[in-house]
Amino acid sequence: MSQVTMTVNGKEMSGDAEGRTLLSQFLRDTLDLTGTHVGCDTSQCGACVVHVDGVAVKACTMLAMEAEGASVDTIEGQAAPDGTLNALQQAFQDHHGLQCGFCTPGMIMSAADLLKNNPQPTEAEVRHHLEGNICRCTGYHNIVKAILAASGQDVSSIAAE
Amino acid sequence: MPKDNGIGASPKRREDVRFLSGTGNYTDDIQVNGQAYVHFLRSDLAHAKINGINLDAALAMPGVIKIFTGTDFEGVGGIPCGWQVTDRHGEPMQEPAHPVLAQGKVRYVGDQIAAVVAETLEQARDAAEAIDVDLEELPAVVDMKAALADGATKVHDDLTSNLCYDWGFVEENKPAVDAAFEAAAHVTTLELRNNRLVANPMEPRVAIGDFNRATGDSTLYTTSQNPHVIRLLMGAFVLGIPEHKLRVVAPDVGGGFGTKIFHYAEEAFCTFAAKALNRAVKWTSTRSEAFISDAHGRDHVTKIELALDAENNFTAVRTDTHANMGAYLSTFAPSVPTWLHGTLMAGNYKTPLIYVNVKAVFTNTVPVDAYRGAGRPEATFQLERVVDKAARELGVDPIALRRQNFITEFPYATPVAVEYDTGDYHGTMDVLEKMADLSGFEARRKASEAKGKLRGFGVNCYIEACGIAPSNLVGQLGARAGLYESATVRVNATGGLVVMTGSHSHGQGHETSFPQVIAEMIGIDESMVEIVHGDTANTPMGMGTYGSRSIAVGGSAMVRATEKIIAKAKKIAAHLMEAADADIELKDGAFSVAGTDKSVAWGDVTLAAYVPHNYPLEDIEPGLEETAFYDPANFTYPSGAYACEVEVDPDTGKVTIEAFNAADDFGNIINPMIVDGQVHGGIGQGIGQALLENAAYDENGQLLSASYMDYAMPRASDVPFYGVDHSSQTPCTHNPLGVKGCGEAGAIGSPPAVINAVVDALRSGGHDIHHIDMPVSPSRVWQAMNG
Repeated sequence: MSQVTMTVNGKEMSGDAEGRTLLSQFLRDTLDLTGTHVGCDTSQCGACVVHVDGVAVKACTMLAMEAEGASVDTIEGQAAPDGTLNALQQAFQDHHGLQCGFCTPGMIMSAADLLKNNPQPTEAEVRHHLEGNICRCTGYHNIVKAILAASGQDVSSIAAE
Repeated sequence: MPKDNGIGASPKRREDVRFLSGTGNYTDDIQVNGQAYVHFLRSDLAHAKINGINLDAALAMPGVIKIFTGTDFEGVGGIPCGWQVTDRHGEPMQEPAHPVLAQGKVRYVGDQIAAVVAETLEQARDAAEAIDVDLEELPAVVDMKAALADGATKVHDDLTSNLCYDWGFVEENKPAVDAAFEAAAHVTTLELRNNRLVANPMEPRVAIGDFNRATGDSTLYTTSQNPHVIRLLMGAFVLGIPEHKLRVVAPDVGGGFGTKIFHYAEEAFCTFAAKALNRAVKWTSTRSEAFISDAHGRDHVTKIELALDAENNFTAVRTDTHANMGAYLSTFAPSVPTWLHGTLMAGNYKTPLIYVNVKAVFTNTVPVDAYRGAGRPEATFQLERVVDKAARELGVDPIALRRQNFITEFPYATPVAVEYDTGDYHGTMDVLEKMADLSGFEARRKASEAKGKLRGFGVNCYIEACGIAPSNLVGQLGARAGLYESATVRVNATGGLVVMTGSHSHGQGHETSFPQVIAEMIGIDESMVEIVHGDTANTPMGMGTYGSRSIAVGGSAMVRATEKIIAKAKKIAAHLMEAADADIELKDGAFSVAGTDKSVAWGDVTLAAYVPHNYPLEDIEPGLEETAFYDPANFTYPSGAYACEVEVDPDTGKVTIEAFNAADDFGNIINPMIVDGQVHGGIGQGIGQALLENAAYDENGQLLSASYMDYAMPRASDVPFYGVDHSSQTPCTHNPLGVKGCGEAGAIGSPPAVINAVVDALRSGGHDIHHIDMPVSPSRVWQAMNG
């Protein structure tokens, strides 16, 4: 066991980790930030996406020790301190972009990364970007719609809510 | 202007706030003080005799608390099956024992051999690797027809064969059906496989057992769609714990799709071990474990025949299906290919004679049970495929052939024992034809052909049955459970309400939609109503959520309880206004006396109920809380028509979905936004089944597609935006809300539309192809074109 320290959602946090402890485990079990979810063990599902030094990363693909000294942003840090959802989170609620909520943290963190680098993506670009995020509930319809809406594009012509 | 409150409005989901901000409470998020961790050592052979298990090295590993094997569970009950099917000769199905941990033999890859409990999960995993198991490999039975051959290796030595049951439905119709085929002007025959699927809710299963030695109470936290069912099955049949000493909590659950209905061995193990060790024991499935331990779905091999007369009227349907049960009977497995499948073989058509034969077969594979749709997708797929094939053989328009044979008068008693209460199949088809822009298809096909692609259009109808009921009937059919639902409505002194429902929400949005119903009934804002679910300690005995039953059955129970609340509140209001009970009206959250300007607010009445100073104590009790159990008179019968348009690349065989439109009749709608979302998700899963997903076993019983590296889950780029319309509405006649249920329709209705479209595309390119088995992967399509 070694102590690992990182800045999580703007706050310095430390905890013990084994060499094999994944960043996703460390966030969930050691720091009790359970918003980052684990939906697979082959780095396919994307439920654990967080931002490490501003870049979207599947937290199951990094060891906790690799994040020593890094700045990590998770789903818990996305809303305002008073709980007000950010524009992307709000678009997911407005357009029913989630059902069971399990893939949602990864979807939000992944979509935030897309919009940061491509503020007005096309539908095809959104769908391509989400290749590493699996949702079993929504058929992706309202996720794609919510991301397009969050980018400021008119989604009123897209069928249904 | 759309409503913004009550039935028919689309308020934003209140549960979303916690899910979007990372503050949900899923089972794996729960840490019980002092919890230990369990790792299951699972068989990597499909069929083997356990000659010995040496735990010495493993027990010496750091952090190991105890290692359990099958011998620790001798004298403990097995995992029960909740449905007994009677075969065509009147005999009960063969029902094998299903131990919590394997005893003597392992019967599928994934079967639990031992359970290591340690201080940390890593220590448990490390120790499991040090267990020395002497397995003597036996021949594996994988193919269903081979499993029924004379001399086949038996999955269970104490059963007479691998045949669980041979079911005929309706058995006495068989001679008449056979005669109709003899007399037919045309017979269309189709053989197909309904591919084996893995449900794959994104949240893997989790179980935490806890035990309080001071009280003797056990608690199980579990990822379940129906915590009361788990409490009953596990308490009464496995561990011998009465309900009042056992609490089952299913908090936020990350999707179910059927596979979280069932009672699993891991739940019983954690509850048992917590008591044995006097500390909490937690198990979290990995995705790799989920593939070999969650019950799978579908896996039917079917031959269907359709008889038509000279005017193209359907005269008879005859089917012969082999249904895979896997190695053991999962909770509701026997009901899926029988009562949830055979009863739907009339579809939307007035076929007068139907005979369904189903042979359920044990194999050395993961148990198979209900997956979204459960039997109805299998019925719909074969029927809608054979109708399409018949249209092509006869050279008639597939939509016209369907319309010609539609049931048009309701109620309609089918020859397969169910009675459809309402429906308008022409109505949904009319909507669909407009949505799908059928008249523009030829121009779109030409545009595709100009790009070197083939384009196809496929359509199908579906009928399904939701809210399985009534209890006395399903009891006769073999169910070992009732199928009612419950609700307790508690009105607080200041007027707010809490509804404790036996339904369970794991993505369906009940916390938002259920309050809409109460708000409508009382005339108050939805924010005054809170929904409590998922904990046996604070909800009445309920049967949970599956079979699209929540609003039709659970919602109806809530309506009945609220009706009792309103009736009592009117008596209190009558007393407060010194009027007769019969003259009291409730509107917009206020009670008034008919024909007068006297009125008291909802809150005045609720306060009087709890501060009964001016109150008819001699006539009614204080307080305002009511419970109702609702047992439906019949299933509900949602129906619809779906259309899919595909492009096929003839060079690679790749199929792309260009358009998908769904016209559904769900009766009355509570929250249109949520209903649309349910249909989207169902279509996504249906397209997944049709194009991508396959749980493939090799001949040795190894699951080849056992991770997301190999099992092709639909991604965002595999699907288009869907067109969804539920404006064609024929309300259910036998429940108080007129609702039918919408949770599974998309998954039931979509696979045949995709395959019909692919066949249409290939035939347009001159390929004489009538069928390709799902998933229609590029290699299968290419081979069909070039084989």
